[in-house]
Amino acid sequence: MTERRRGRVIRRQRVPAALLVPALLGLAFLVLPLAGLLIRAPWGTLPARLAEPQVLAALRLSLLTATIATALCLLLGVPLAWLLARVEFRGRRLVRALVTVPLVLPPVVGGVALLLVFGRRGIVGQWLDQAFGITLPFTTAGVVLAEAFVALPFLVIAVEGALRGADARFEEAAATLGAGRWTTFTHVTLPLVAPGIAAGAVLCWARALGEFGATITFAGNFPGRTQTMPLAVYLALERDVEAAIVLSLLLLVVSVTILAALRDRWVGAA
Amino acid sequence: MRRTMAVAAAILLLAGCGGSGDEEPAAGGGSGAPGPAGGDALSGQLTVFAAASLTESFDRIGQDLQARNPSLFITFNYGGSSGLATQINEGAPADVFAAASPATMTSVVDKGEPVVFVRNQLVIAVAKGNPKGIAGLADLARPELKVALCAEEVPCGAAAKKALAGVALTPVTLEQDVKGALSKVTLGEVDAALVYRTDAKAAASDVDGVEFPESAGAINDYPIVVLTDAPNAAAAEGFVEYVRTEGLTVLTEAGFQAP
Repeated sequence: MTERRRGRVIRRQRVPAALLVPALLGLAFLVLPLAGLLIRAPWGTLPARLAEPQVLAALRLSLLTATIATALCLLLGVPLAWLLARVEFRGRRLVRALVTVPLVLPPVVGGVALLLVFGRRGIVGQWLDQAFGITLPFTTAGVVLAEAFVALPFLVIAVEGALRGADARFEEAAATLGAGRWTTFTHVTLPLVAPGIAAGAVLCWARALGEFGATITFAGNFPGRTQTMPLAVYLALERDVEAAIVLSLLLLVVSVTILAALRDRWVGAA
Repeated sequence: MRRTMAVAAAILLLAGCGGSGDEEPAAGGGSGAPGPAGGDALSGQLTVFAAASLTESFDRIGQDLQARNPSLFITFNYGGSSGLATQINEGAPADVFAAASPATMTSVVDKGEPVVFVRNQLVIAVAKGNPKGIAGLADLARPELKVALCAEEVPCGAAAKKALAGVALTPVTLEQDVKGALSKVTLGEVDAALVYRTDAKAAASDVDGVEFPESAGAINDYPIVVLTDAPNAAAAEGFVEYVRTEGLTVLTEAGFQAP
């Protein structure tokens, strides 16, 4: 009923040209470059190019690392979001600001920062190397780390927003009925904000999939180990433009498919 | 991304100086300083696309040339040669292109007549004082060493591949340009990298360059060209002329060899 009424209001409203024109220009600005990829794509040789082992290796690595990075972000990000949304503590605003820094930080800077901490001479990296013989740069784990660094804020922001929007009375009711904080969290809070977590995870995954700057700076570029799709695209551009277009197209299709499929189900419902 | 920004900046600058072509004769006649080509002074906006390995030398050459020609403004776009070639082929406005390999130059569609102006040789860049005792290419195959190379798609990678024929070496990373490989040594993340002699020399405060005989078989010729549709052909000719005469001193000081 409300749906129908809302629909009618929109239809009756006249859109002023002063808003419609820039809106359409904005849309064209976002969509045209994507159309450019479709127009310039070498459709005839597309299947052969996609079947090249190096392309498949980069795609496989991209999907794998983005997924592991998302899992890592879920593990660390959901508790962090809960802390920011549910616990009053001094300096919470500062913590919230710090959490979102990677959103605006140039990814290359993130890569340099990671290198200075987790690199062979880094504060943590030095200790990891000496104590366990673990070095993170130039490894697939390094790629995951770089991706998680830039993608984690997306998850935290989405989940925190969901937590703030969720009705805290359910949690209070559970507490008065004798549930501990952990039980309340797992049995009440988590199901309540599940759509928000899912939406955050999708955004996080998409961001991780597209990560370039931090990855090439921190993890380097080696086919099959650290060369993800965005890196492969960049290097392909050095060799031949068509190859870069093909790889870009593939990444675009994967991203759009995932976003379209998951956003309708979870973000739309939330 | 850095390159895209540079191109965008170049486009903006060119758009801003759209009228400079009309002023050229006036500026040339009014200025007393004779140009390096012996004729009129150079003026207007000049856009030079150059291989990353030329950064330090061309910056100096550009400063010298601008000091002599006050109404000349040079914008440099440095990067991997192949990427620059792609940008030019895709319509990026450039007057001069200096590449790190003739093969890259060949891939530029509307080029002029390129000439080789310098040559460059590979060295092994190692941490200051060479703590791992790397004496030659064979040492790079030692399993405990981490080595960075350029990707084969860029000239320094192609040269490295040629020089490394017969050495079983698995690098930890294939960098997108020679500066990327060098910075991994500077940061201490790798023990060695194959870079140009000039790059090792430019970073002499952080790295040592170890010469190796095989590099003689993989010398890179650097061609330079005034592009066919250069927006400022006069200044472009003057720049190339200067690079091949007085600029050569700067280049050889940086470690390049004269052709």
